[in-house]
Amino acid sequence: MTTTAYVFGIVSSGLVVVAVFELLRRRQVRERHAVWWVIASLFALVISIFPSLLEWLAKVVGVAAPINLGFFVTIVILFLLSVQHGAEFTTLEDKTRALAEQTAFLRQRVESLERRLDGGSAQAENQQRDQADPGTDGEAHDARVHPYAGTEYQDHDKPHHEAH
Amino acid sequence: MTTLTPSPELAAALGATLVVMPAYNEEQAVSAVVAEVLAAVPGASCLVVSDGSTDATAERATDAGAIVLQLPFNLGVGGAMRAGFRYAVEHGFRYVVQVDADGQHNPRDVPTLVDALSEVDIVIGARFAGEGEYKASGPRAWAMKLLAFTMSRIARTRLTDTTSGFRGAGPRAVELFAAHYPSEYLGDTVESLVLALRAGATVRQVPVAMRERAGGVPSQNAFRSTVYLMRALVALVISLTARPYPLASKDAPVPSRTEATR
Repeated sequence: MTTTAYVFGIVSSGLVVVAVFELLRRRQVRERHAVWWVIASLFALVISIFPSLLEWLAKVVGVAAPINLGFFVTIVILFLLSVQHGAEFTTLEDKTRALAEQTAFLRQRVESLERRLDGGSAQAENQQRDQADPGTDGEAHDARVHPYAGTEYQDHDKPHHEAH
Repeated sequence: MTTLTPSPELAAALGATLVVMPAYNEEQAVSAVVAEVLAAVPGASCLVVSDGSTDATAERATDAGAIVLQLPFNLGVGGAMRAGFRYAVEHGFRYVVQVDADGQHNPRDVPTLVDALSEVDIVIGARFAGEGEYKASGPRAWAMKLLAFTMSRIARTRLTDTTSGFRGAGPRAVELFAAHYPSEYLGDTVESLVLALRAGATVRQVPVAMRERAGGVPSQNAFRSTVYLMRALVALVISLTARPYPLASKDAPVPSRTEATR
């Protein structure tokens, strides 16, 4: 290996280490996301400073060409990174979904409260329900529109009530 | 078909029933279906989950007398149903029946489903169980048969139409689904059933007739059906190997029935 290649290896892996730490320092990457990047860049730096270390390691694990061990470790790290990203996506998707549900629930409550304030259309809605179920409508409808008014779980008991 | 005067137990159960309709751009059909549900299922409430619709689905459903949840973007049938189950839990509904907003399910079958929920946790309105004229062919039919065979083995009961979107859930299943309803493709049919079965839920199918869809076009071509088959199988295998969730032991459907008839 020429001196130029040696220096080039150290400089480029050093730049990668600096870049990763700089991102961490600026809080543009969270440390739990950067764990594999830090490991990979430090691995590259150490190997470029002491290439004989890779040769020794290759001999220990029985890999004929040391560079293949380097490729292998690189691929494993990139693979783990992709899997980690996939898992993170799933978590984010779940959170997004929960937020979407929350906005839908809140919007429904706001709109039904608006309709009650609005009078006219609220009455129309009540009439519609009265036609469907004249007996139990009043309390059940109120319980649904006002979930925190103390009558929240009225429906829970309803089947029991009528059974007794 | 339903009797004209439901028994007191059934009437009480219907009063605690939430009919959930996932709807994506169904402004053509939704108001007629909502009106039909409110007329055919006395005492029940109707919840339309507008799944990121860009048309007037929500307005039509509200005008027709439904409670409407508007999801800000499309989550798929599974996502819409989980929102429906969560709404049911938060507002104290004991039974949830899923009905398609395109009108292919007959709302007059809903009381039949709810009646069966006094004995089992999940009821499937099956298209091939005697009633109805629905016919599938080619790879889609093979997929359905294979799924039906496998699911019947898991459920230890005869299930012929596991991909039916017409189904009902009792108190224990509602609680389970509110927390864990799968949102992946096909999750709303195959995976949700496997998840419930592995949690210890009981399932039964009830024959229903399917009707012409009031709007929208059914997707039927050979390539899509093959993809459907593969994805259904993958969904089945994954859900079979996933860690099972526990089912709430309280509110078992059979004891509550004996209590009601006492």
